[in-house]
Amino acid sequence: MATPVLDKAEAAGQPEPGFADSPYITVTFRIRRFNSEVSAEAVWEDFQMEIDPKERVLDGLHKIKWDLDGTLTFRRSCAHGICGSDAMRINGKNRLACKTLIKDLNPEKPITVEPIKGLTVLKDLVVDMDPFFQAYRDVMPFLITKDTNEPTRERLQTAEDRERFDDTTKCILCAACTSSCPVFWNDGQYFGPAAIVNAHRFIFDSRDEAGEQRLEILNDRDGVWRCRTTFNCTDACPRGIEVTKAIQEVKRALITRRF
Amino acid sequence: MKIHKYDTVIVGAGGAGMRAAIESTKRSRTAVLTKLYPTRSHTGAAQGGMAAALANVEEDNWEWHTFDTIKGGDYLVDQDAAEILAKEAIDSVLDLEKMGLPFNRTPNGTIDQRRFGGHSRNHGEAPVRRSCYAADRTGHMILQTLYQNCVKEGVEFFNEFYVLDQLIADVDGVKTSVGVVAYELATGEIHVFQAKAVIYASGGCGKFFKVTSNAHTLTGDGQAAVYRRGLPLEDMEFFQFHPTGIWRMGILLTEGARGEGGILRNKDGERFMEKYAPVMKDLASRDVVSRSIYTEIREGRGCGPEGDHVYLDLTHLPPEQLDAKLPDITEFARTYLGIEPYTDPIPIQPTAHYAMGGIPTNVQGEVLTDNTTVVPGLYAAGEVACVSVHGANRLGTNSLLDINVFGRRAGIAAAEYSQKASYVELPEDPAQQVIDQVEHLRNSTGTERVAVIRRELQECMDANVMVFRTEQTIKTAVEKIAELRERYRNVSIQDKGRRFNTDLLEAIELGNLLDLAEVMAVSALARKESRGGHYREDYPNRDDVNFMRHTMAYREVGDDGTESIRLDYKPVVQTRYQPMERKY
Ligand SMILES: Cc1cc2nc3c(=O)[nH]c(=O)nc-3n(C[C@H](O)[C@H](O)[C@H](O)COP(=O)(O)OP(=O)(O)OC[C@H]3O[C@@H](n4cnc5c(N)ncnc54)[C@H](O)[C@@H]3O)c2cc1C
Ligand code: SF4
Ligand code: FES
Repeated sequence: MATPVLDKAEAAGQPEPGFADSPYITVTFRIRRFNSEVSAEAVWEDFQMEIDPKERVLDGLHKIKWDLDGTLTFRRSCAHGICGSDAMRINGKNRLACKTLIKDLNPEKPITVEPIKGLTVLKDLVVDMDPFFQAYRDVMPFLITKDTNEPTRERLQTAEDRERFDDTTKCILCAACTSSCPVFWNDGQYFGPAAIVNAHRFIFDSRDEAGEQRLEILNDRDGVWRCRTTFNCTDACPRGIEVTKAIQEVKRALITRRF
Repeated sequence: MKIHKYDTVIVGAGGAGMRAAIESTKRSRTAVLTKLYPTRSHTGAAQGGMAAALANVEEDNWEWHTFDTIKGGDYLVDQDAAEILAKEAIDSVLDLEKMGLPFNRTPNGTIDQRRFGGHSRNHGEAPVRRSCYAADRTGHMILQTLYQNCVKEGVEFFNEFYVLDQLIADVDGVKTSVGVVAYELATGEIHVFQAKAVIYASGGCGKFFKVTSNAHTLTGDGQAAVYRRGLPLEDMEFFQFHPTGIWRMGILLTEGARGEGGILRNKDGERFMEKYAPVMKDLASRDVVSRSIYTEIREGRGCGPEGDHVYLDLTHLPPEQLDAKLPDITEFARTYLGIEPYTDPIPIQPTAHYAMGGIPTNVQGEVLTDNTTVVPGLYAAGEVACVSVHGANRLGTNSLLDINVFGRRAGIAAAEYSQKASYVELPEDPAQQVIDQVEHLRNSTGTERVAVIRRELQECMDANVMVFRTEQTIKTAVEKIAELRERYRNVSIQDKGRRFNTDLLEAIELGNLLDLAEVMAVSALARKESRGGHYREDYPNRDDVNFMRHTMAYREVGDDGTESIRLDYKPVVQTRYQPMERKY
């Protein structure tokens, strides 16, 4: 397998953020490539580069795309972990490429980068997100209140009530959790952790009045009971959301009908 | 090529686009075209808050907010628009709360508010708590809440569709919007959307700078599309440099950090803002703080071995306060710098942040083709637009406000227009320009590389048209951009495929950045004064006699095909506030 190399002189002229005193190191990115216009098979391809270890995996992918191989395809936008575009499997773990620094990865060995699992790969690191967003839409992810008489001021909510669902408001819909879940890999019908997280965000919001309805949706055979508490989702979440705990809370609410 | 017909088409699904979509979907058959999945939009990066004089925690009113906005904008603000912004702010925050936005709360359960730069009590007496917020992820909450409500309203999205051209026809001598042409990322297919009304809500263009808080995808596609069709761009020389970007990376650390009590310090540990803005100190308006930082750096009081940054010091704030109010930005410092903000100050430098200029509109969001004439059926809102509520410098928290107030207004106005208007016939080959552009890039065998030209552009912009500008630096930029535009014609891409060809789209985006960078530099060169975000060292004072007016830049194409930029000017709308010297 040919290994395109980015040499130091070229790399040094780049605008990538780095630090004057930190030495560049040589790393290999081993990337799972797939392009149906070229071949029906996915293959691994190696790229070698000089990179500042304080840079992000996303910076490495950009170096490849911009200087070595323009066909490498991935999604990204914000580059600092808030838009949820670039969840991928890096060294076998789901993470955001823009939130993973090279130095935290053991640069001695090739860094493997693959698309997240359980969703159809469309090209290289890009997967079909539609089933993921469909599961999200299915849990009615919006505030529902019965009173039709809109108040003229804001509804009141105590700081404690607000805190109750704070954790699950942080979700950026990156799919790192759902695509790390073995139950989801085996059965794409399972709602998956992200949809449950977003249902939790409303079930436990004191202003919402459709908790029962959402619980019924999740009581389905493809709902929360499929969760096997493997904690992969919690480990994968780049926002530090306690995903498994949220799922447990929804299960408990289903049993006690209290939330 | 596919042809679609919708009453209303919205370009962009950030805060402005989705706020518009919620209104327009209720009133007209609407399609939202967006190059990113809606929740990936950069509105989600906004941290600090959204201004509204709710007066929940202390006395406040919308008139003070209006004044602060005008003063903050160095009097280049259209005052009628600023008044609408400040008045409608209150309902727009309440609307978001009703839609479900989880704002932080006060002990009595109302929406909590905090301080932000340039927002003051009684016309500048002291900082006021006006920013409504949800920790330091207000933009994230706004984006999520609006998306949730779009799901609720059944808004129709076309995700990963890149709008590349605006169709305009002459209807009885009036330039009228016909629709847009879009490129579908997944398949490479070209789609023509015929629409009675089109709303641009495609966000900013900060990616022509190197150190920036903007996402990779903020490449000014909307501005470029209408500009190439002969419509003007307003006040493009005004770009905001936010004082506190992470050193060398540009990732934003919200002004809310200073609102919570954070302090800027130079290498001697001195709180230098006391010298430059005795009353507002670290919370003076952004242009003032950014210039102060660079003055410290230039005078040798910068930090680090190269003296090229200063510190944002949060170490005196209780860790609980940082955890509760600033959890995300403290995590950015840990993740990207390996710094613990509880105990260590954070290295920062100004970062290119916000385009005050854009597509000129009136207060209904209708796009202008000159100083007064509207283009029937064409609307714009959000960072892509210039109403102008931000003038020469936007106040923090006024943009999340802008996208909600004017997104809503544009959504209603466009849908009402499309209810009564009829379709304008499509031209014969509506997609021709886009097909030519795409095929040219796909088939080009040129030797220039997209990444190389983009780097040179970004470095040139940082070096020459950032916080400090002079005739000399701007001229350097104008020449360099012209050279890069010439080289761009010879650019080629490696990916020749149809599916998910991001190589192709990056090339197209670069073309947009180059066009807009040129407009910015040419507009800046002509403005021989200093005002807000535009600071000319060779003309350090504001000149109200000659420059109390908006710049309007038009693309002209000569008979021989040569392109040039024609500058014109538009009066500023003044109602009750007379320009005064700006002191903080
Ligand atoms: C880091 C950061 C922090 C900020 N913090 C604050 C704050 O605290 N308070 C505040 O008031 N303001 C803040 N701002 C400013 C504010 O967030 C933005 O100005 C505002 O969110 C812009 O919203 P928008 O809807 O206009 O654009 P965006 O949210 O950028 O959305 C643009 C949309 O257009 C789409 N699009 C772009 N090009 C095309 C195309 N060619 N075809 C189809 N679709 C396209 C994109 O997919 C996207 O959906 C901040 C900005 C940044 C960068
Ligand atoms: S819960 Fe976490 S991992 Fe799952 S989608 Fe949301 S942010 Fe991503
Ligand atoms: S690019 Fe936005 S989360 Fe990584």
